[in-house]
Amino acid sequence: MHLVYPLLLAAGLFALGVYGVLARRNAVLVLMSVELMLNGANVNLVAFSVYLQDRLLGGQVFALFVIVVAAAEVGVGLAIVLLVYRNRESIDIDRVRELADVDPPEPELQR
Amino acid sequence: MSPADLLAGALPVPRTAPGFLGWDPQEAVFVALALLALAAGVLVVTTRNVIHAALWLVVALGAVAGCYLLLTAEFVAWVQVLIYVGAVVVLLLFGAMLTRAPIGRSADLDSANRPAALLAAVATFGALGGLLVDGFRAAYVDLDTAPGGPAATGGAIFRYFVLPFEVASVLLLAALVGAIVLSRPDIGADRPPDGRGAP
Repeated sequence: MHLVYPLLLAAGLFALGVYGVLARRNAVLVLMSVELMLNGANVNLVAFSVYLQDRLLGGQVFALFVIVVAAAEVGVGLAIVLLVYRNRESIDIDRVRELADVDPPEPELQR
Repeated sequence: MSPADLLAGALPVPRTAPGFLGWDPQEAVFVALALLALAAGVLVVTTRNVIHAALWLVVALGAVAGCYLLLTAEFVAWVQVLIYVGAVVVLLLFGAMLTRAPIGRSADLDSANRPAALLAAVATFGALGGLLVDGFRAAYVDLDTAPGGPAATGGAIFRYFVLPFEVASVLLLAALVGAIVLSRPDIGADRPPDGRGAP
């Protein structure tokens, strides 16, 4: 199998994740996009592990650890999202602006 | 000299790569699964329905698991199905429903910086894809001699990666405790007296 196909799949998944993280305003959808990016990285790791014929299977094992860390990240991230929702009845990340440098105008709802 | 040439000295077998159009069956199935994963990913980041986004994420992650199977990484594929499709997507669905996401279509899921996001994503894909294609154009993966399979993966984890494995269990425990502390209002630091944050 040509190595280019898994690498292009990985690049595509990562770019889709970048788009989702930047363009979505619902925090749960942002977490989903982060999962897409992590999957792109995992495809890369597995592809190179197979390509290099790694006897230690470092790429595959590292992909497994990435999956574990992603599960932990989603658990804590969703707990934070639920806390934000409980405090302000909304999970629009455009409206969580307490840490912003300057006070921006209230973002208008997109039609 | 491309990165593939640099790596070629470390490889056990010289590769004779067939042309790009002479697909063997594995390659054809891989390309089909990759296209399925990318199409489902596009729907994840563009659909107007939160629940549909989670379900398309199932399709994308399942297709990626099939790609792992074709790359001889069996154990990673089944862990992907178990943890991602089984656990992470269910957690995301819980999150979507507990935050009372609109179950039907809703217009305000995208923020106003969509054109900039599209530009950044296209630039990312162009840079990453161009770099990888340029560097590994001639690289060919020999799937027949690849050391895959659950036995090899289990041996690698428990022989060479035991310490990271144990550290991962500590990390999961810490994440569990952290999620419980964050989501229960009756433990943790005292709330400010104005009553915000009370359940």
